[in-house]
Amino acid sequence: MNLLRFFVQNHTQVLELTGEHLWLVGWSTVFAMLIGIPLGILIAHRTQLGRPVLATANIIQTIPALALFGFLLPVPWLGDRAERLAILALTLYALLPIIRNTYDGIRGVDAAVVEAGRGMGLTESQLLFQVELPLALSVIISGVRIAVVISVGLATIAAAIGAGGLGEFIFRGLAMVDNRVILAGAIPAAILALLADFGMGWIEKRLRPR
Amino acid sequence: MIEFHDISYSVNGIQVLSGLNLRVAHGEILVLLGRSGSGKTTTLKLVNRLVTPSSGQVLVNGKANDQVDVIQLRRGIGYVIQEAGLLPHFTVERNIGLVPKIEGWPEERIRRRVQEMLQLVGLSADLASRYPHQLSGGQRQRVGVARALAADPAILLMDEPFGALDPLTRDELQREFLLLQQRVHKTVVFVTHDLREALRLGSRIALMEAGKLVTILTPAEFLRSSDPWASAYVRAFGDGLESAANRGTS
Repeated sequence: MNLLRFFVQNHTQVLELTGEHLWLVGWSTVFAMLIGIPLGILIAHRTQLGRPVLATANIIQTIPALALFGFLLPVPWLGDRAERLAILALTLYALLPIIRNTYDGIRGVDAAVVEAGRGMGLTESQLLFQVELPLALSVIISGVRIAVVISVGLATIAAAIGAGGLGEFIFRGLAMVDNRVILAGAIPAAILALLADFGMGWIEKRLRPR
Repeated sequence: MIEFHDISYSVNGIQVLSGLNLRVAHGEILVLLGRSGSGKTTTLKLVNRLVTPSSGQVLVNGKANDQVDVIQLRRGIGYVIQEAGLLPHFTVERNIGLVPKIEGWPEERIRRRVQEMLQLVGLSADLASRYPHQLSGGQRQRVGVARALAADPAILLMDEPFGALDPLTRDELQREFLLLQQRVHKTVVFVTHDLREALRLGSRIALMEAGKLVTILTPAEFLRSSDPWASAYVRAFGDGLESAANRGTS
């Protein structure tokens, strides 16, 4: 009951921080897709690049979030604004599932179908856009879905460097030793993650090739 | 029409084809017959340059096929493979209209052409909006043939097109294919390991073994041939029928 009252009293701030949270997750996902999907396509066709690229993405994934924020803090233009830094860090974390799934999705397209297309005279770009990408799309989207859900969770840590988001409540609550405040950040974050998962799952299902 | 001159092809140090010389005449069905690994599919893919020979030359319509634009070359050659190789996310209509579409035909002409092709291969017009997974194996194969013929190529490459079908459907499609060929007069290169199919469809049969062309014979010559490989095929084929006939009689 206490918690509910806290939400009602602070609803503007909850909404504001949720908005910031979505902002961080949204931009980082867009950037990760812009980098990750072309990179995944590239390594699916130039398989000798696959190992180093995926290894790098894997290594990034093992860096603890707080440490990564710390590393990036002294970088000139980035360090000026905490959101930039947070978006970059979240982008880096989102890369692995997106690259990986794009790679797997395209490699998973039936080789006979690709060869039939090539044999009929499709150019390499027609093969990519008319055959490979449509058939790999649901796998790629499922990678984006994983990335989004991870990002919603990780973005709470962005508050540690002052980038805002629902983590503000969590860190404040920790400092105040007040569970209500922690939950005021944690519950909306969990709901966001569930909604994102559900929404992306719906898109993924609609795009699955028959 | 199609000529192979001194073709050798090796990949990762393995000799797949060697010393291949072959000429496919205009309007004939040349069957490449051989076991798996004999190089018959590789030979077929040399024609539309899905495979580039290590040495030697392939002439298509009198021109070396590595001197022409590969995309245009392929669009001028129909290609049918086992299980048809239809694009699973395209309807029958889009599959058949694929080459006309990328060749930039107007929509209306593509639609007419698709209807015409469906009729040609004995499929009803209302299948046009179906997806490949909604068709039977025989229907898919018919769509594969229709797609290969859509842009009216002079050459048709067929790689075990009827291999995955049940015997009755296969028989039906073989019969219809012969009738179709009488109407369209394509130059056909047809890969199979099935002697019965080769005898039935081929104008000539090119027998391959271990990357080499053993001999080229008409179906009638093939049955009488004293060539050890050819007679081995005929024997293996006959033994099957004979032993089936003898079962239960003794």
